[in-house]
Amino acid sequence: MKWEIVIGLETHAQLSTQSKMFSGASTAFGAPPNSQACAVDIALPGVLPVLNGRAVECAIRFGLAVNGGSAENVSRRSIFARKNYFYPDLPKAYQISQYEMPIVKGGAMAILVDGKEKKIRLTRAHLEEDAGKSVHEGFHDFSGIDLNRAGTPLLEIVSEPDMRSAEEAVAYAKALHSLVRWIGICDGNMQEGSFRCDANVSVRPAGSDKLGTRREIKNLNSFRFLEQAIKYEAAWQIETLEGGGKIEQATVLFDPDRGETRMMRTKEDAHDYRYFPDPDLLPLAVSETWIDEIRTSMPELPDARRKAYMASGLSPAQAVLITSSREVADFMDHTARARGSDARLPDLTNWIAGPLSARLNEENLEIPQSRVSPEQLASLDRRIADGTLSSKMAREVFDAMWAGEGDADAIIEKRGLKQISDSGELEKICDQVIAANAKQVEDYRAGKDKAFNSLVGQVMKATKGKANPQQVNDILKRKLVSRA
Amino acid sequence: MHNATVKELSAGLAARRYSSVELTRHFLKRISTLNDTYRCYIGLDEEASLAQARSADGMLAAGRGQSLTGIPVAQKDIFCARGWLTTCGSKMLSNFRSPYDAHVVEQLNAAGAVNLGKTNMDEFAMGSSCETSWFGPVRNPWDVATVPGGSSGGSAAAVAARLAPAATGTDTGGSIRQPAALSGICGLKPTYGVVSRYGLIAFASSLDQGGPMARTAEDLALLLNVMAGFDARDSTSLEREREDYTRDLGKPLAGLKVGLPKEFFGGGAAPEVIQAVEAAIAELKRLGCEPVEVALPNMKLSVPVYYVLAPAEASSNLARYDGVRYGYRAPEYGDLMDMYKKTRAQGFGEEVKRRILIGTYVLSHGYYDAYYIQAQKIRRLIARDFAEAFKRCDVIMGPTSPTTAFKLGEKMNDPVLMYLNDIFTTPANLAGLPGMSVPCGFDSKGLPVGLQIVGNYFAEARMLNVAHQYQQVTDWHTRAPSGIEI
Repeated sequence: MKWEIVIGLETHAQLSTQSKMFSGASTAFGAPPNSQACAVDIALPGVLPVLNGRAVECAIRFGLAVNGGSAENVSRRSIFARKNYFYPDLPKAYQISQYEMPIVKGGAMAILVDGKEKKIRLTRAHLEEDAGKSVHEGFHDFSGIDLNRAGTPLLEIVSEPDMRSAEEAVAYAKALHSLVRWIGICDGNMQEGSFRCDANVSVRPAGSDKLGTRREIKNLNSFRFLEQAIKYEAAWQIETLEGGGKIEQATVLFDPDRGETRMMRTKEDAHDYRYFPDPDLLPLAVSETWIDEIRTSMPELPDARRKAYMASGLSPAQAVLITSSREVADFMDHTARARGSDARLPDLTNWIAGPLSARLNEENLEIPQSRVSPEQLASLDRRIADGTLSSKMAREVFDAMWAGEGDADAIIEKRGLKQISDSGELEKICDQVIAANAKQVEDYRAGKDKAFNSLVGQVMKATKGKANPQQVNDILKRKLVSRA
Repeated sequence: MHNATVKELSAGLAARRYSSVELTRHFLKRISTLNDTYRCYIGLDEEASLAQARSADGMLAAGRGQSLTGIPVAQKDIFCARGWLTTCGSKMLSNFRSPYDAHVVEQLNAAGAVNLGKTNMDEFAMGSSCETSWFGPVRNPWDVATVPGGSSGGSAAAVAARLAPAATGTDTGGSIRQPAALSGICGLKPTYGVVSRYGLIAFASSLDQGGPMARTAEDLALLLNVMAGFDARDSTSLEREREDYTRDLGKPLAGLKVGLPKEFFGGGAAPEVIQAVEAAIAELKRLGCEPVEVALPNMKLSVPVYYVLAPAEASSNLARYDGVRYGYRAPEYGDLMDMYKKTRAQGFGEEVKRRILIGTYVLSHGYYDAYYIQAQKIRRLIARDFAEAFKRCDVIMGPTSPTTAFKLGEKMNDPVLMYLNDIFTTPANLAGLPGMSVPCGFDSKGLPVGLQIVGNYFAEARMLNVAHQYQQVTDWHTRAPSGIEI
């Protein structure tokens, strides 16, 4: 039987606010345990939550971004509810979340599947607070509780079950990751847990329109784990069903070391969270004026930018790469502006997505910290386009730029890297090479193409790589034919 | 000094007839002699009180005295006060020393009032008799075999026994008004949102409201002037201009329309209570008030509605007492779940557990709509009834409590009977309206009766005006129980 995989994602994006969702404590990562937990975060008797307006603004920005700037999906009135359960790192023994009336209802994300655009619908996005952390290492016979993270604002983004493969799920997660950073609501740091996904996975016979029983894989904090976990889980479900077994609704954990998903709890022992509206917080009212203000402050969205790049000659895949973050796209635009009206965006993309991003990765830098500026990259591209530099020389210039030797012209000058395009000089060198390599000339004439490459190599060697390879090709061919 | 009102003491301090330290010592001495009898106080810190008194004397000497500067005020042990044990009447918090001040405490401190001590109360404010306190019951100064009412019974008894000139209380379903009535003093529950709940240990957040308890309406006004006010740390605190609650005290009552809901007089209350309340209304008529009959058809549902909503919120509010971070933790336990179970089983009393169970039940999957949602709907109907009634009258009056003080132990084994004590007080909480109780007579056993006045939203000044005018022509509030002299 052929099976179809059905995936929906629930993503937790930590919002980039200075202070917590309902208290004034700092949200900065990595502070000593419990140094950023105030009376409200510890849930002392008598303390009360006060909503962080900046977190609400983030949610509204998101709502606008996934709905083409229209605010129909932003609830003008939403409700905070208490989700009740006991856990040592949940100080109030309830999490303040949104349940029946979330701040964002609906919207969609566009992803690219085999070069074609696919829409993934969003069910909702709601605001909630994070829990603290239980720390098991370094203690004997007991566990530690660190409440620094308790109360950190999160936006939980829930998709419809619209994805049909692990690759689509990863493409969606990446698009979402890019979007939340693009609109400045989340730093996207996955190692620190600022962006993490739960994947609901089910399978069904191809052609069926009934959803299979799903299992939820919790807390996937890298795209690689997301892909591995879904692949493993889907294969396991198919194998189970084909072996005559049944899938039971459950929550599972992915073990990255073994590459397996493991059962955490079944539906039977699922909590009854006893949600009810939090009486400490009034219904959240969002005014039109506020929405308009936020809309005005929104940057151009990645979708629009991506489409503009494609119109300028980028392939869909290149356009996705360049719009992976606002900083990358801005770097591209900056470079193109510096390059002037005859800029070819695909060429610039090759530099940005190729050598530049390789260097950034090597040194663990983000593009705003690039050692090669957009102006420098433009100067390099200009000298390639006008034939001054061969591609090999261009690499050398790029490396020199990265090392801080200045812009392209200065490096070309200093290193004497000008490509020899003077045909008189090249003809002379070609003649010398032909004369000195009788054997290869003979082989070439006997039909051995490889011998020709060797001759080109000799010329390049003689010119220390400064010859224009295309020109060398042309001259050699002409000379070898004419002498035959 | 102990028979004087806050107003009189304030004048005495201003005239330097005595210092705040002398006044505070006077009350502390009375407390040390009489507290074993009445058990109104469960937290005393003489040094801390006297330090505040000294600083108040400094303020007075520097000419910076305000109306409450140097006045000893008893604090219900539900208000967090920095450095003080704040127990909420529970074993669960018996070791909890608050690191911060409630807004109410902050305001009183800033005004120069002296924290005289923390008063006994029903555990987590759950009770109408002060018998659920882990520290043992409070005795009613009018008859030590009876209860003072609850949950602010420690505060009420302290004021009645002249162990404090005034006190703070909180009222979720009648916890200021009912003990005020049973103990023969005055108590005011303001409009929901007027007094910040920050630092007030939550019982039922949508109903809890702090307020003053004293012997005269005028004193209540002086206290409310300090206790009320916007606080950004409480999202339900109302952002309004400060008002002077004494401003209307002297206003004549001619033409004031007094709404008398037939449901308040329809047989739910003891005949002697009704008699006293009717006599009070007759007195007010002589002052020019016009009685108007009004109806609160859904009032009969207020107790069942209250006992769904309040426990629902409480079950969640009290979940934080888990033994992990502060408060009581069972001395011996196995795993985490066992620690939770033993801590909560040992740390909470019977009534608190009963309400947590009820609350958990009504919020559970499958019952939520039938109980919680239904109760919320009726809550809105009750508020609507009041809105209708206030189209026809300025204030509503009736009994505060269906009976006078009952015997200790009399209702402890019958929770439903106990809950019915709240029949006349819960409607104001459910609607968020201000309500107060004023002494209006005694029954044949010599136990005090309270007249309840419910006003429209923000009508506190008007209600205090009515009560003050009534107290100008009656002397019920000046009577003192016997046995309180040392």
